[in-house]
Amino acid sequence: MGLLNREEAEALIQEVLEVYPEKAKKDRAKHLMVNDKTITQSKKCITSNRKSVPGVMTQRGCAYAGARGVVWGPFKDIIAISHGPIGCGQYSRGGRRNYFAGISGVDSFCDVMFSSDFQEKDVVFGGDKKLAKLIDEVEGLFPLSKALSVQSECPIGLIGDDIEAVSKKKAAEIGKTVVPVRCEGFRGVSQSLGHHISNDAIRDWILPARDGKLDEGTPYDVAILGDYNIGGDAWASRILLEEMGLNVVAQWSGDGTIVEIENTPKVKLNLLHCYRSMNYIARHMEEKYNIPWMEYNFFGPSKIAESLREIASHFDDTIKEGAERVIAKYQPMMDAIIAKYKPRLEGKKVMLYVGGLRPRHTIGAYEDLGMEVVGAGYEFAHNDDYDRTIKEMKDATLIYDDATGYELEEFVRQVKPDLVGSGIKEKYAFHKMGVPFRQMHSWDYSGPYHGYDGFAVFARDMDMTVNNPCWSMFKAPWQQEEVEAEQKVA
Amino acid sequence: MQTTEKVKPCFPLFNEPEYQNIFETKRAYEERHPKEKVAEVFEWTTTKEYQDLNFKREALTVNAAKACQPLGGALCGLGFEKTMVYIHGSQGCVAYFRTYFNRHFKEPIAFIADSMTEDAAVFGGQKNVHEGLQNATKLYDAKMIAVCTTCIAEVIGDDLGAFIGNAKKEGYVDKDFPVPYANTPSFVGSHVTGWDNMFEGIVKYFTNGKMEDKAPGKNGKINIVPGFETYLGNYRVIKRYMNEMGVDYTYLCDPDEVLDTPATGEYEMYAGGTTIEEVQDAPNAITTFMLQSTTLEKSKKFIENTWNHEIPKLNIPMGVEWTDAFLMKVSEATGKEVPASITKERGRLIDMMTDSHQWLHGKKMAVFGDPDFVMGLVKFMLELGIEPTHIVCNNSNKRWEKAMKKMLEDSPYGIHAKLYPGCDLWHLRSLCFTDKPDFIIGSSLGKFIQRDTLYKGPEFEVPLIRLGFPIFDRHHLHRMTTLGYEGGMYILTTLTNAVLEQLDQETKLLGKTDYNFDLIR
Ligand code: SF4
Ligand code: SF4
Repeated sequence: MGLLNREEAEALIQEVLEVYPEKAKKDRAKHLMVNDKTITQSKKCITSNRKSVPGVMTQRGCAYAGARGVVWGPFKDIIAISHGPIGCGQYSRGGRRNYFAGISGVDSFCDVMFSSDFQEKDVVFGGDKKLAKLIDEVEGLFPLSKALSVQSECPIGLIGDDIEAVSKKKAAEIGKTVVPVRCEGFRGVSQSLGHHISNDAIRDWILPARDGKLDEGTPYDVAILGDYNIGGDAWASRILLEEMGLNVVAQWSGDGTIVEIENTPKVKLNLLHCYRSMNYIARHMEEKYNIPWMEYNFFGPSKIAESLREIASHFDDTIKEGAERVIAKYQPMMDAIIAKYKPRLEGKKVMLYVGGLRPRHTIGAYEDLGMEVVGAGYEFAHNDDYDRTIKEMKDATLIYDDATGYELEEFVRQVKPDLVGSGIKEKYAFHKMGVPFRQMHSWDYSGPYHGYDGFAVFARDMDMTVNNPCWSMFKAPWQQEEVEAEQKVA
Repeated sequence: MQTTEKVKPCFPLFNEPEYQNIFETKRAYEERHPKEKVAEVFEWTTTKEYQDLNFKREALTVNAAKACQPLGGALCGLGFEKTMVYIHGSQGCVAYFRTYFNRHFKEPIAFIADSMTEDAAVFGGQKNVHEGLQNATKLYDAKMIAVCTTCIAEVIGDDLGAFIGNAKKEGYVDKDFPVPYANTPSFVGSHVTGWDNMFEGIVKYFTNGKMEDKAPGKNGKINIVPGFETYLGNYRVIKRYMNEMGVDYTYLCDPDEVLDTPATGEYEMYAGGTTIEEVQDAPNAITTFMLQSTTLEKSKKFIENTWNHEIPKLNIPMGVEWTDAFLMKVSEATGKEVPASITKERGRLIDMMTDSHQWLHGKKMAVFGDPDFVMGLVKFMLELGIEPTHIVCNNSNKRWEKAMKKMLEDSPYGIHAKLYPGCDLWHLRSLCFTDKPDFIIGSSLGKFIQRDTLYKGPEFEVPLIRLGFPIFDRHHLHRMTTLGYEGGMYILTTLTNAVLEQLDQETKLLGKTDYNFDLIR
């Protein structure tokens, strides 16, 4: 079955909504749309960043996940303390694959888990004393950390603890930055508020540290914002920027360090990859330090070349030539990769459901391989994300916000894509359904996917999953007759 | 740069000179501590002095080896027929629970949340429960909804029982629709406690106050209660034993189908599981066997007091003697003999022990994991002549400590063993440096100790043998069996081959150590 036309797509949404009770149906209807490229403002046709409906299996996480997992975890020399009961810290360990270079447990701490492991007495009597003591213990055992961040879990905000006061006091005592992050999971409606809260915490507690003390820097200083170095993405991006002649002063936050944050106010341009999770700090730096920022997209050779040129347009001819040189250098390799994989992937349909950026940002990479994205949705996007998505998607494709497990399964059942890209919670249901699937948060334990080197891995991975023989063996030989009979009826 | 012949993912891509170069140029922007300083501090973290400081920790947990209560509650709910696990609280926790199990079982995991947010934190979560239950009953075609809680609901003190009662009164959910529940505060106990609480919640819901026509022995069956159990083979081996013995049984909580559905082209949210009728009938069993003796206190009390079952005093059926004891108790309770097939299986395990003992005897192994699992494993190690050294249980309890002490004292192989109740894997890291065991046995979480010890030098490396939960970095091991004689075979095979693998690692150097690189071992 091919693509749906507009009427069919709308009918599909109606059909899917049928199962909900009245109130939930009304709510969910606002989050599902059929794309119409003539619309310029998504708010006319899709609602986002609203509370999830209770009891319907949202795939979303919480503010703590957005703070601990997304923003703070990847900074390698800042120890991230999960403050509260044991669970949150344990579950967020190692899931994200934000790579770092360093000696773990000594000068880098991304894969070490720190928790205050709240017990009943901490809930009853408050956890501030415990936090203070914990900071001393961290300092004693991990003296080479550069800073600490405290991520509060749900109970902290409910028992009236003052982690700000503790952080301030302790920072003075140990002579290191200690950042309190009020990212309790009940705040906001998804990971998204955790990003925002973390951006604000960086703004208030770290960014101004070297105000007035920074040197001029060079005319070619830039910072990468919103690249978390999943499977090494930031490295595969950095290499291109350096090759074109730019100095990457800071990576936020994949493989990043606290001084990189502190040095960012001297850059000439902020490069924003994940708009959703770091646009706040980019805007702040624009306002306070007059640093322009631009969104870029390092998925797939078309978007990479476009982005490199646009980045270069902010600089002089040396950089512009540098961009052309980089594009030319990698072009033959990209052509070879596409020549190898495109024939195997041409015409394949993809449905995506990821966080706040990738559904729109990977479309170009799929198109470079001759694949087509026929459905896209986000766990925690806002309407500015959908504005950008509508432009990238074809007409009459499906767009879904905070989709429930049930909606995703139904859409996939009916649209029959050749590949679904989403998260671990969705993965195995689609395996059972016989739909080739790639995890698009963790790159399914592969990567990098950013940059030219990353695209080669992306192409390889999409091919191995779409074309693996396993998908053709679902029916035993003695079941074939049933299949044929079913097909006849259909 | 990549080539089409061999596209390189992260490793080995980042080992290429151009990326190694990137790491160096990036250093210039990082103001890192000098490499010598880092090396010096690393060395210090491997010392006894560091260990003493490390063991002085009171507030800080580093690299925990336990999870929180609702995770266990959720696994328990999964084991009942067409049961939707419903978690009252923040949705973030639920995303984490699902993910944690997805990664371990490589299976879809359906739990729902009622997504409490800031307003619910202020006004209480009753509205969420009402709306959530209404949607869940309509959407998921469940026969039962098992409710447990996350921190937020516990801290604000939501009255879950009342909320569910009101939901029924006000028609959000049919008044006869079963909605058992349990409070699972994460700041008490661990995931194994949560399992116990949820289990008690479910059996209480269906049997409390409904005991008039019930009497122990009436249905001629026995009940089996697994506890927080993640090895699918363990459900299966016990069932097989019961079938071979001709014992009629009820598995109270049985997720082995739903956690292992076939790829057919259709996704089935439910499969197998203990039925409500079976739960209702459970008090009529002769007695109830609790497979994990130290972590099911609450359920045990309820079953003893309400069902009037005399629960046999048994340890987890791991290794030879504790499996013997289990089978004999089942035989005694039901009057069915242990059949020749099981005796033969036992004999085969003993035969394997004779074959492999020379590789295992006197080996020193550290262990970490959940209380009953560690207890059973250590028991079997002692039977194999392995000497357990550091025994770490992050979520231990007093009963466990007492039982462990006694067991170790009773065996000549227990003399090197030391218990570390409540300790975490950063404690164990220190111990592995200062008093090196030959191996660590535990979940994937132990792999970082192997990496860190290797960094000190190849002769310091402590290899990890993966047994326990969670296992994220090897595929399909959760399908294996650790209980019964069959479980003994799997554990024995795993341990022996780990020892041999390590020996090959050490003796494979051509012309150097390969005099001992034997074809036959
Ligand atoms: S908030 Fe509480 S229930 Fe949720 S994951 Fe954290 S510890 Fe567990
Ligand atoms: S890329 Fe997507 S999943 Fe990753 S941090 Fe950004 S919004 Fe989240």
